[in-house]
Amino acid sequence: MAAEEVTISSHIQHHLTNAKMCMTDSGLAFNKACADSGFWTWNIDTLAWSIGLGLIFLWIFRSAAKKAHTGVPGKFQCFIEMIVEFVGDNVRDTYHGKSKLIAPLALTIFVWVFLMNLMDLIPVDFLPALAGFVGEQAFGMDSHDVYMKIVPTTDINLTAALALGVFILMIGYSIKIKGVGGFIKELTLHPFSANSKIAMIFLIPCNLLLETIALVSKPFSLALRLFGNLYAGELIFILIGAVGLMQLPLHFVWAVFHILVIVLQAFVFMMLTIVYLSMASSDNH
Amino acid sequence: MSITATLIGELIAFTVFVLFCMKFVWPPLNGAIEARQKKIEDGLAASDRAEKDLELAQKKAAQQLKDAKDQAADIIEQAKKRAVLIVDEETVRGQEEREKIIAQGHSEIESERNRVTEELRTQVATLAVVGAERILEREINQAAHSDIVEKLVAEL
Repeated sequence: MAAEEVTISSHIQHHLTNAKMCMTDSGLAFNKACADSGFWTWNIDTLAWSIGLGLIFLWIFRSAAKKAHTGVPGKFQCFIEMIVEFVGDNVRDTYHGKSKLIAPLALTIFVWVFLMNLMDLIPVDFLPALAGFVGEQAFGMDSHDVYMKIVPTTDINLTAALALGVFILMIGYSIKIKGVGGFIKELTLHPFSANSKIAMIFLIPCNLLLETIALVSKPFSLALRLFGNLYAGELIFILIGAVGLMQLPLHFVWAVFHILVIVLQAFVFMMLTIVYLSMASSDNH
Repeated sequence: MSITATLIGELIAFTVFVLFCMKFVWPPLNGAIEARQKKIEDGLAASDRAEKDLELAQKKAAQQLKDAKDQAADIIEQAKKRAVLIVDEETVRGQEEREKIIAQGHSEIESERNRVTEELRTQVATLAVVGAERILEREINQAAHSDIVEKLVAEL
Protein backbone atom coordinates (compact mmCIF):
# COMPACT_ATOMS: atom_id res chain seq x y z
CA MET A 1 0.00 0.00 0.00
CA ALA A 2 2.56 2.54 1.08
CA ALA A 3 5.17 3.26 -1.48
CA GLU A 4 7.55 4.83 1.02
CA GLU A 5 8.33 4.25 4.65
CA VAL A 6 5.85 5.94 6.98
CA THR A 7 7.63 7.81 9.73
CA ILE A 8 6.09 10.12 12.29
CA SER A 9 7.50 13.13 10.56
CA SER A 10 6.20 12.05 7.17
CA HIS A 11 2.85 11.28 8.77
CA ILE A 12 2.67 14.77 10.22
CA GLN A 13 3.91 16.28 6.99
CA HIS A 14 1.18 14.41 5.15
CA HIS A 15 -1.49 15.71 7.50
CA LEU A 16 -0.32 19.28 7.11
CA THR A 17 -0.24 19.32 3.33
CA ASN A 18 -3.13 20.64 1.31
CA ALA A 19 -4.62 18.92 -1.65
CA LYS A 20 -3.47 21.08 -4.53
CA MET A 21 -4.66 21.65 -8.04
CA CYS A 22 -2.93 23.65 -10.76
CA MET A 23 -2.67 24.13 -14.48
CA THR A 24 0.53 22.86 -16.03
CA ASP A 25 1.62 22.62 -19.64
CA SER A 26 0.06 19.16 -19.80
CA GLY A 27 -3.32 20.23 -18.43
CA LEU A 28 -4.77 19.95 -14.91
CA ALA A 29 -2.34 18.58 -12.35
CA PHE A 30 -2.68 17.66 -8.70
CA ASN A 31 -0.63 17.58 -5.52
CA LYS A 32 3.06 16.82 -6.02
CA ALA A 33 2.91 17.77 -9.66
CA CYS A 34 2.06 21.27 -8.49
CA ALA A 35 5.22 21.74 -6.44
CA ASP A 36 6.57 24.36 -8.85
CA SER A 37 3.34 26.03 -9.83
CA GLY A 38 3.89 28.99 -7.48
CA PHE A 39 1.01 31.39 -6.94
CA TRP A 40 -1.48 29.77 -9.28
CA THR A 41 -2.11 26.77 -7.10
CA TRP A 42 -5.52 26.04 -5.72
CA ASN A 43 -5.85 24.33 -2.35
CA ILE A 44 -8.92 22.37 -3.31
CA ASP A 45 -9.51 20.84 0.13
CA THR A 46 -9.48 24.26 1.77
CA LEU A 47 -11.75 25.65 -0.91
CA ALA A 48 -14.17 22.73 -0.81
CA TRP A 49 -14.47 22.51 2.96
CA SER A 50 -14.70 26.23 3.54
CA ILE A 51 -17.24 26.83 0.79
CA GLY A 52 -19.20 23.75 1.88
CA LEU A 53 -19.27 24.95 5.49
CA GLY A 54 -20.18 28.45 4.34
CA LEU A 55 -23.09 27.03 2.38
CA ILE A 56 -24.19 25.04 5.44
CA PHE A 57 -24.09 28.23 7.48
CA LEU A 58 -26.13 30.12 4.89
CA TRP A 59 -28.57 27.25 4.46
CA ILE A 60 -29.22 26.92 8.21
CA PHE A 61 -29.64 30.63 8.75
CA ARG A 62 -31.63 31.17 5.56
CA SER A 63 -34.08 28.42 6.51
CA ALA A 64 -34.49 30.08 9.91
CA ALA A 65 -34.89 33.48 8.25
CA LYS A 66 -37.57 32.19 5.91
CA LYS A 67 -39.60 30.89 8.83
CA ALA A 68 -38.96 33.92 11.02
CA HIS A 69 -42.12 35.33 12.53
CA THR A 70 -42.96 37.52 15.48
CA GLY A 71 -44.95 34.92 17.38
CA VAL A 72 -43.57 32.42 19.87
CA PRO A 73 -40.41 30.98 18.24
CA GLY A 74 -39.60 27.29 18.13
CA LYS A 75 -36.42 25.81 19.57
CA PHE A 76 -34.44 25.97 16.33
CA GLN A 77 -35.68 29.49 15.70
CA CYS A 78 -34.68 30.47 19.24
CA PHE A 79 -31.21 29.05 18.82
CA ILE A 80 -30.58 30.90 15.56
CA GLU A 81 -32.05 34.11 16.95
CA MET A 82 -29.85 33.81 20.03
CA ILE A 83 -26.77 33.81 17.81
CA VAL A 84 -28.12 36.68 15.73
CA GLU A 85 -28.94 38.69 18.81
CA PHE A 86 -25.56 37.94 20.38
CA VAL A 87 -23.76 39.22 17.29
CA GLY A 88 -26.18 42.13 16.94
CA ASP A 89 -25.59 43.20 20.57
CA ASN A 90 -21.83 43.11 20.10
CA VAL A 91 -22.10 45.18 16.93
CA ARG A 92 -24.41 47.72 18.57
CA ASP A 93 -22.12 48.04 21.59
CA THR A 94 -18.99 48.58 19.55
CA TYR A 95 -19.95 50.08 16.21
CA HIS A 96 -21.81 53.34 16.57
CA GLY A 97 -22.13 54.37 12.95
CA LYS A 98 -24.98 53.43 10.68
CA SER A 99 -24.16 50.55 8.40
CA LYS A 100 -26.21 47.70 7.09
CA LEU A 101 -23.07 45.72 6.33
CA ILE A 102 -21.29 45.40 9.68
CA ALA A 103 -23.79 43.14 11.46
CA PRO A 104 -24.20 40.56 8.66
CA LEU A 105 -20.44 40.67 8.14
CA ALA A 106 -19.85 39.95 11.81
CA LEU A 107 -22.43 37.16 11.78
CA THR A 108 -20.87 35.57 8.71
CA ILE A 109 -17.38 35.73 10.17
CA PHE A 110 -18.45 34.39 13.55
CA VAL A 111 -20.48 31.43 12.38
CA TRP A 112 -18.35 30.57 9.36
CA VAL A 113 -15.06 30.70 11.27
CA PHE A 114 -16.66 28.74 14.09
CA LEU A 115 -17.83 26.01 11.72
CA MET A 116 -14.42 25.81 10.07
CA ASN A 117 -12.70 25.66 13.46
CA LEU A 118 -15.15 22.99 14.51
CA MET A 119 -13.68 20.66 11.90
CA ASP A 120 -10.65 20.53 14.18
CA LEU A 121 -12.62 18.38 16.62
CA ILE A 122 -13.11 15.59 14.10
CA PRO A 123 -10.40 13.01 14.88
CA VAL A 124 -7.44 13.91 12.71
CA ASP A 125 -7.09 10.60 10.88
CA PHE A 126 -10.72 9.92 9.98
CA LEU A 127 -11.31 12.01 6.93
CA PRO A 128 -7.75 11.92 5.50
CA ALA A 129 -7.78 8.12 5.80
CA LEU A 130 -11.22 7.96 4.20
CA ALA A 131 -10.07 10.23 1.41
CA GLY A 132 -6.97 8.08 0.93
CA PHE A 133 -9.11 4.95 0.76
CA VAL A 134 -11.51 6.49 -1.73
CA GLY A 135 -8.61 7.82 -3.81
CA GLU A 136 -6.94 4.44 -3.86
CA GLN A 137 -10.05 2.43 -4.63
CA ALA A 138 -11.84 4.77 -6.99
CA PHE A 139 -9.02 6.54 -8.78
CA GLY A 140 -6.17 4.12 -8.36
CA MET A 141 -3.98 6.69 -6.65
CA ASP A 142 -1.31 5.98 -4.09
CA SER A 143 -3.09 6.74 -0.79
CA HIS A 144 -0.03 8.72 0.25
CA ASP A 145 -0.59 11.02 -2.63
CA VAL A 146 -4.09 11.84 -1.47
CA TYR A 147 -4.06 14.88 0.78
CA MET A 148 -7.00 16.07 2.81
CA LYS A 149 -6.66 18.94 5.24
CA ILE A 150 -10.15 19.36 6.62
CA VAL A 151 -9.71 22.45 8.82
CA PRO A 152 -9.76 25.41 6.42
CA THR A 153 -8.66 27.86 9.11
CA THR A 154 -5.31 26.05 9.35
CA ASP A 155 -4.64 27.27 5.82
CA ILE A 156 -3.06 30.73 5.80
CA ASN A 157 -4.78 31.43 2.50
CA LEU A 158 -8.20 31.36 4.08
CA THR A 159 -7.36 33.48 7.13
CA ALA A 160 -5.48 35.89 4.88
CA ALA A 161 -8.50 36.12 2.58
CA LEU A 162 -10.76 36.97 5.51
CA ALA A 163 -8.29 39.52 6.83
CA LEU A 164 -7.83 41.02 3.37
CA GLY A 165 -11.59 41.36 2.99
CA VAL A 166 -11.76 43.17 6.32
CA PHE A 167 -8.77 45.33 5.36
CA ILE A 168 -10.43 46.39 2.12
CA LEU A 169 -13.57 47.29 4.07
CA MET A 170 -11.49 49.26 6.59
CA ILE A 171 -9.96 51.39 3.86
CA GLY A 172 -13.33 51.69 2.13
CA TYR A 173 -15.05 52.90 5.29
CA SER A 174 -12.21 55.28 6.11
CA ILE A 175 -12.48 56.92 2.71
CA LYS A 176 -16.29 56.87 2.71
CA ILE A 177 -16.63 58.48 6.14
CA LYS A 178 -13.66 60.83 6.19
CA GLY A 179 -13.02 61.31 2.49
CA VAL A 180 -9.72 60.71 0.75
CA GLY A 181 -8.25 63.86 2.27
CA GLY A 182 -9.38 62.91 5.73
CA PHE A 183 -7.89 59.46 5.36
CA ILE A 184 -4.55 60.85 4.18
CA LYS A 185 -4.59 63.39 7.00
CA GLU A 186 -5.20 60.62 9.47
CA LEU A 187 -2.20 58.76 8.12
CA THR A 188 0.14 61.74 8.10
CA LEU A 189 -0.79 64.18 10.87
CA HIS A 190 -0.87 61.76 13.77
CA PRO A 191 0.42 60.79 16.26
CA PHE A 192 3.07 63.57 16.16
CA SER A 193 1.95 67.08 15.44
CA ALA A 194 3.62 70.43 15.68
CA ASN A 195 2.42 74.00 15.49
CA SER A 196 4.92 75.24 12.94
CA LYS A 197 4.51 74.17 9.36
CA ILE A 198 8.20 73.40 8.84
CA ALA A 199 8.31 71.04 11.81
CA MET A 200 5.16 69.42 10.51
CA ILE A 201 6.74 68.66 7.16
CA PHE A 202 9.54 66.82 8.92
CA LEU A 203 7.08 64.91 11.06
CA ILE A 204 4.90 63.74 8.19
CA PRO A 205 7.18 60.89 7.07
CA CYS A 206 7.46 59.62 10.65
CA ASN A 207 3.69 59.73 11.05
CA LEU A 208 3.12 58.09 7.73
CA LEU A 209 5.51 55.27 8.60
CA LEU A 210 3.95 54.70 12.04
CA GLU A 211 0.35 54.92 10.88
CA THR A 212 0.94 52.69 7.89
CA ILE A 213 2.50 50.07 10.12
CA ALA A 214 -0.42 50.41 12.53
CA LEU A 215 -2.90 50.07 9.69
CA VAL A 216 -1.25 47.16 7.96
CA SER A 217 -0.56 45.29 11.19
CA LYS A 218 -4.31 44.95 11.73
CA PRO A 219 -5.05 42.51 8.91
CA PHE A 220 -1.78 40.71 9.61
CA SER A 221 -2.68 40.21 13.25
CA LEU A 222 -6.17 39.05 12.24
CA ALA A 223 -4.90 36.51 9.75
CA LEU A 224 -1.96 35.23 11.76
CA ARG A 225 -3.81 34.97 15.07
CA LEU A 226 -6.51 32.71 13.69
CA PHE A 227 -4.12 30.73 11.55
CA GLY A 228 -1.56 30.33 14.34
CA ASN A 229 -4.03 29.20 16.96
CA LEU A 230 -5.73 26.66 14.73
CA TYR A 231 -2.54 25.43 13.09
CA ALA A 232 -0.93 24.86 16.49
CA GLY A 233 -4.07 23.15 17.78
CA GLU A 234 -4.21 20.91 14.73
CA LEU A 235 -0.50 20.09 15.04
CA ILE A 236 -0.96 19.04 18.65
CA PHE A 237 -3.94 16.87 17.67
CA ILE A 238 -1.75 15.18 15.07
CA LEU A 239 1.07 14.69 17.56
CA ILE A 240 -1.34 13.24 20.12
CA GLY A 241 -2.69 10.98 17.41
CA ALA A 242 0.80 9.54 16.93
CA VAL A 243 1.49 8.35 20.49
CA GLY A 244 -0.45 5.09 20.57
CA LEU A 245 -3.08 4.17 23.15
CA MET A 246 -2.10 7.02 25.46
CA GLN A 247 -3.69 9.35 22.95
CA LEU A 248 -7.21 8.66 24.22
CA PRO A 249 -7.09 10.64 27.51
CA LEU A 250 -4.75 13.20 26.01
CA HIS A 251 -6.96 13.64 23.02
CA PHE A 252 -10.00 14.08 25.25
CA VAL A 253 -8.34 16.75 27.37
CA TRP A 254 -7.01 18.66 24.36
CA ALA A 255 -10.36 18.42 22.58
CA VAL A 256 -12.20 19.80 25.62
CA PHE A 257 -9.75 22.66 25.80
CA HIS A 258 -10.06 23.16 22.09
CA ILE A 259 -13.83 23.64 22.34
CA LEU A 260 -12.98 26.85 24.15
CA VAL A 261 -10.31 27.81 21.63
CA ILE A 262 -12.45 27.42 18.52
CA VAL A 263 -15.33 29.53 19.89
CA LEU A 264 -12.95 32.08 21.31
CA GLN A 265 -10.99 32.46 18.07
CA ALA A 266 -14.20 32.86 16.08
CA PHE A 267 -15.41 35.46 18.58
CA VAL A 268 -12.08 37.30 18.63
CA PHE A 269 -11.97 37.50 14.85
CA MET A 270 -15.51 38.86 14.78
CA MET A 271 -14.92 41.34 17.62
CA LEU A 272 -11.68 42.68 16.12
CA THR A 273 -13.37 43.07 12.75
CA ILE A 274 -16.07 45.18 14.36
CA VAL A 275 -13.52 47.19 16.35
CA TYR A 276 -11.31 47.85 13.33
CA LEU A 277 -14.27 48.91 11.20
CA SER A 278 -15.54 51.06 14.07
CA MET A 279 -12.14 52.76 14.28
CA ALA A 280 -12.12 53.21 10.52
CA SER A 281 -15.54 54.88 10.55
CA SER A 282 -15.05 57.12 13.57
CA ASP A 283 -13.91 60.60 12.83
CA ASN A 284 -12.40 61.60 16.15
CA HIS A 285 -8.82 60.47 16.24
CA MET B 1 2.35 26.86 3.35
CA SER B 2 2.46 29.76 0.98
CA ILE B 3 0.02 32.30 -0.30
CA THR B 4 -1.56 30.95 -3.44
CA ALA B 5 -4.53 31.57 -5.67
CA THR B 6 -6.63 29.90 -2.98
CA LEU B 7 -6.69 33.33 -1.36
CA ILE B 8 -8.51 34.78 -4.34
CA GLY B 9 -11.05 31.98 -4.27
CA GLU B 10 -11.64 32.40 -0.58
CA LEU B 11 -11.94 36.15 -0.93
CA ILE B 12 -14.63 35.70 -3.57
CA ALA B 13 -16.43 33.10 -1.43
CA PHE B 14 -16.21 35.40 1.60
CA THR B 15 -17.66 38.31 -0.37
CA VAL B 16 -20.50 36.20 -1.73
CA PHE B 17 -21.34 34.80 1.72
CA VAL B 18 -21.36 38.23 3.32
CA LEU B 19 -23.53 39.67 0.56
CA PHE B 20 -25.96 36.77 0.76
CA CYS B 21 -26.10 37.11 4.53
CA MET B 22 -26.68 40.85 4.20
CA LYS B 23 -29.48 40.41 1.66
CA PHE B 24 -31.34 37.29 2.73
CA VAL B 25 -30.34 36.27 6.24
CA TRP B 26 -29.77 39.23 8.49
CA PRO B 27 -32.75 41.49 7.64
CA PRO B 28 -35.54 38.90 8.17
CA LEU B 29 -34.02 37.45 11.34
CA ASN B 30 -33.16 40.78 12.89
CA GLY B 31 -36.49 42.21 11.76
CA ALA B 32 -38.38 39.35 13.39
CA ILE B 33 -36.40 39.75 16.61
CA GLU B 34 -37.00 43.48 16.74
CA ALA B 35 -40.68 43.15 15.88
CA ARG B 36 -41.08 40.54 18.62
CA GLN B 37 -39.29 42.76 21.11
CA LYS B 38 -41.66 45.58 20.22
CA LYS B 39 -44.62 43.24 20.57
CA ILE B 40 -43.52 42.05 23.99
CA GLU B 41 -42.87 45.61 25.08
CA ASP B 42 -46.35 46.64 23.97
CA GLY B 43 -47.86 43.61 25.65
CA LEU B 44 -46.16 44.41 28.94
CA ALA B 45 -47.25 48.03 28.74
CA ALA B 46 -50.83 46.93 27.98
CA SER B 47 -50.84 44.54 30.92
CA ASP B 48 -49.56 47.31 33.20
CA ARG B 49 -52.29 49.57 31.95
CA ALA B 50 -54.92 46.87 32.42
CA GLU B 51 -53.72 46.31 35.96
CA LYS B 52 -54.03 49.99 36.72
CA ASP B 53 -57.47 50.11 35.10
CA LEU B 54 -58.59 47.14 37.17
CA GLU B 55 -57.39 48.79 40.36
CA LEU B 56 -59.20 51.96 39.41
CA ALA B 57 -62.39 50.07 38.58
CA GLN B 58 -62.23 48.21 41.86
CA LYS B 59 -61.84 51.48 43.73
CA LYS B 60 -64.73 52.97 41.80
CA ALA B 61 -66.93 49.95 42.47
CA ALA B 62 -66.15 50.07 46.17
CA GLN B 63 -66.93 53.79 46.21
CA GLN B 64 -70.21 53.22 44.42
CA LEU B 65 -71.16 50.44 46.80
CA LYS B 66 -70.45 52.70 49.73
CA ASP B 67 -72.49 55.50 48.15
CA ALA B 68 -75.38 53.16 47.54
CA LYS B 69 -75.28 51.95 51.13
CA ASP B 70 -75.21 55.53 52.40
CA GLN B 71 -78.07 56.44 50.13
CA ALA B 72 -80.10 53.43 51.29
CA ALA B 73 -79.45 54.36 54.91
CA ASP B 74 -80.55 57.92 54.16
CA ILE B 75 -83.73 56.74 52.49
CA ILE B 76 -84.58 54.45 55.40
CA GLU B 77 -83.93 57.27 57.83
CA GLN B 78 -86.16 59.63 55.86
CA ALA B 79 -88.87 57.00 55.61
CA LYS B 80 -88.78 56.53 59.36
CA LYS B 81 -89.01 60.25 59.94
CA ARG B 82 -91.87 60.52 57.52
CA ALA B 83 -93.70 57.61 59.17
CA VAL B 84 -93.43 59.32 62.53
CA LEU B 85 -94.63 62.54 60.97
CA ILE B 86 -97.59 60.85 59.32
CA VAL B 87 -98.55 59.11 62.54
CA ASP B 88 -98.38 62.43 64.39
CA GLU B 89 -100.40 64.22 61.77
CA GLU B 90 -103.00 61.49 61.70
CA THR B 91 -103.22 61.50 65.45
CA VAL B 92 -103.83 65.24 65.46
CA ARG B 93 -106.34 64.96 62.65
CA GLY B 94 -108.14 62.12 64.43
CA GLN B 95 -108.24 64.16 67.59
CA GLU B 96 -109.73 67.08 65.74
CA GLU B 97 -112.23 64.84 63.98
CA ARG B 98 -113.24 63.34 67.25
CA GLU B 99 -113.70 66.71 68.82
CA LYS B 100 -115.68 67.86 65.83
CA ILE B 101 -117.92 64.82 65.96
CA ILE B 102 -118.37 65.24 69.67
CA ALA B 103 -119.21 68.91 69.27
CA GLN B 104 -121.65 68.06 66.53
CA GLY B 105 -123.23 65.45 68.76
CA HIS B 106 -123.52 67.95 71.54
CA SER B 107 -125.20 70.49 69.32
CA GLU B 108 -127.56 67.88 67.92
CA ILE B 109 -128.46 66.75 71.41
CA GLU B 110 -129.05 70.37 72.41
CA SER B 111 -131.27 71.10 69.49
CA GLU B 112 -133.24 67.88 70.07
CA ARG B 113 -133.66 68.76 73.69
CA ASN B 114 -134.86 72.22 72.74
CA ARG B 115 -137.31 70.71 70.33
CA VAL B 116 -138.59 68.19 72.90
CA THR B 117 -138.84 70.91 75.53
CA GLU B 118 -140.83 73.04 73.15
CA GLU B 119 -143.08 70.11 72.32
CA LEU B 120 -143.47 69.21 75.95
CA ARG B 121 -144.21 72.76 76.80
CA THR B 122 -146.91 72.88 74.14
CA GLN B 123 -148.35 69.59 75.29
CA VAL B 124 -148.21 70.63 78.98
CA ALA B 125 -149.97 73.84 78.07
CA THR B 126 -152.59 71.97 76.19
CA LEU B 127 -152.88 69.49 79.08
CA ALA B 128 -153.11 72.23 81.60
CA VAL B 129 -155.72 73.96 79.55
CA VAL B 130 -157.59 70.72 79.07
CA GLY B 131 -157.34 70.02 82.79
CA ALA B 132 -158.40 73.48 83.68
CA GLU B 133 -161.22 73.28 81.16
CA ARG B 134 -162.37 70.08 82.78
CA ILE B 135 -162.22 71.62 86.25
CA LEU B 136 -163.77 74.86 85.32
CA GLU B 137 -166.14 73.50 82.75
CA ARG B 138 -168.93 73.85 84.92
CA GLU B 139 -168.41 77.27 86.32
CA ILE B 140 -165.97 79.34 84.31
CA ASN B 141 -165.97 80.52 80.81
CA GLN B 142 -162.92 79.34 78.96
CA ALA B 143 -162.37 82.56 77.25
CA ALA B 144 -162.49 84.66 80.37
CA HIS B 145 -159.61 82.81 81.94
CA SER B 146 -157.38 82.06 79.09
CA ASP B 147 -154.95 84.85 79.97
CA ILE B 148 -154.29 83.27 83.35
CA VAL B 149 -153.66 79.87 81.74
CA GLU B 150 -151.28 81.36 79.23
CA LYS B 151 -149.34 83.04 82.03
CA LEU B 152 -148.95 79.66 83.69
CA VAL B 153 -147.82 78.08 80.50
CA ALA B 154 -145.19 80.75 80.07
CA GLU B 155 -143.86 80.03 83.50
CA LEU B 156 -143.20 76.42 82.71
